[in-house]
Amino acid sequence: MQNIRTIISLVAFWAFSQTIFAADTHGESIENEFDPMEMIMHHIADSHEWHVISYKSGGEEKHITIPLPVILIDEGVHVFMSSAFHHGEKVVLKGSTYYKLYHGKIYKTDASGSIEYGEDHTVLNKKPIDLSITRNVASMWLSVLIIIWLFTTAAKRYRGAPAAPKGVQSFVEPLILFVRDDIAYAQIEKDKADRFLPFLLTLFFFIWINNLIGLVPFFPGGSNLTGNISLTLVLALITFFVTNFSGSKSYWGHIFWMPGVPVPIRLLLSVIEFIGLFTKPFALMIRLLANITAGHIIILSLFSLIFVMKSVAIAPVSVLMSLMMFMLELLVAVLQAYIFTLLSALFIGMAVHSEEH
Amino acid sequence: MGLLSPDPGLVFWSALTFGLLVFILRRYAWKPILQAVKSREETIEISLAAAEKAKAEVEDLNATKVQIMNEAKAERDTLIKQARELKQTMLDDAKNKAQEEADKIIASARLQIEREKNEAILQLKEKVAEFSVDIAGKLLEEELQTTDKQQAIIDKYLQEVNFN
Repeated sequence: MQNIRTIISLVAFWAFSQTIFAADTHGESIENEFDPMEMIMHHIADSHEWHVISYKSGGEEKHITIPLPVILIDEGVHVFMSSAFHHGEKVVLKGSTYYKLYHGKIYKTDASGSIEYGEDHTVLNKKPIDLSITRNVASMWLSVLIIIWLFTTAAKRYRGAPAAPKGVQSFVEPLILFVRDDIAYAQIEKDKADRFLPFLLTLFFFIWINNLIGLVPFFPGGSNLTGNISLTLVLALITFFVTNFSGSKSYWGHIFWMPGVPVPIRLLLSVIEFIGLFTKPFALMIRLLANITAGHIIILSLFSLIFVMKSVAIAPVSVLMSLMMFMLELLVAVLQAYIFTLLSALFIGMAVHSEEH
Repeated sequence: MGLLSPDPGLVFWSALTFGLLVFILRRYAWKPILQAVKSREETIEISLAAAEKAKAEVEDLNATKVQIMNEAKAERDTLIKQARELKQTMLDDAKNKAQEEADKIIASARLQIEREKNEAILQLKEKVAEFSVDIAGKLLEEELQTTDKQQAIIDKYLQEVNFN
């Protein structure tokens, strides 16, 4: 049984590496030259279409992608499917403006789709406000559906008289209790912790499930949502607001006028503490982003070895090493969710702590 | 650095989505689950306390039972003891009475016997006297046929008679 599973996973990884290889070869890149950097960046970046699989047919690359809605706010709201861009090959005219998809971003351009470059290869074209449903947004909504299904299903089992947990309930209950007892109650005074429990629970499962979805190497997984700074920024900001909006008098007292130390040190400390207000969520943001993105980059690099070396002989090495990395990433997925939630609880706990000590 | 520049679209959607997710889960998942878990924990605690109490009560009951049994045993023992003593006294009484009665009867029997014996002796004495007189008469008739012998007897009696 164990062997069969291993073989299945190996085959899955092989298929995945083929997909990446094929996926990368469209657009600007030349088929015979494999650029691992571009492939990896393409994978971990967001995208306006959801790539399913690519294959070769009669010497031609065929891509199966799910087009996603593009929503642009630029003198009104423009909504159209990303397939209109034809993977960046065509410009789209909406209103009086032409839009071009270039390296995953949408720029304003002219009818011929020209892109102006500044120094160090930055694009100078103006960008509209892009509220598109990108691959990361779609992946996030998928995770939301999974989470809602999982926990409302479990919640239904709690109706009626108290009973021993069963089914999906016995899977989620220890996790919920873990977050409640070992994260929330451990860091926040118990009578105040209940208020923050929904936030902490949602945070933990949201990060964890999205980490796991990011590790699934084929459609509909593989997005790098929790390794995207936009998402980690939002989560860190929410923690920041929750922390500081629930700050007690003694919390602010400890920040701006530390009791029990001489005045000059108080002034110094208040500066440090004030900076600390922002570095704490900033560290949260970077930690999650860096850990998840790094995991994706390492696994993709290991697969890239096969194509960089242009040898199938290296494949077993790549596969075994990335298998190990996958195991590690499974741990990192839950670990980072735990750390993010734990630190959020810790910050909240410090903020709501009211008695003098 | 595309990796480190936030994308406003994703920021917008993730903030909205996460906010809604917290709202939905709080209403439809966390609240019912946490409440149920809490009430279950309380139920378990109460049940355990009740079990503990019941156990204590059973122990109490057992103690009371043992106490009652001990009391009953003690009472039985005293009753038996009393009965034994009573029996003994009754037996002793009866024995004493019987003894007394027997003694009385024996004493009266002895008295009777004594009286009758004395009477018998008296009668016997009378009879012996009569017979002696008769025999003496007959002897005298026989003896006094010769004077020598009469003389000898008279002498003997005379000798025996003391005049002082």
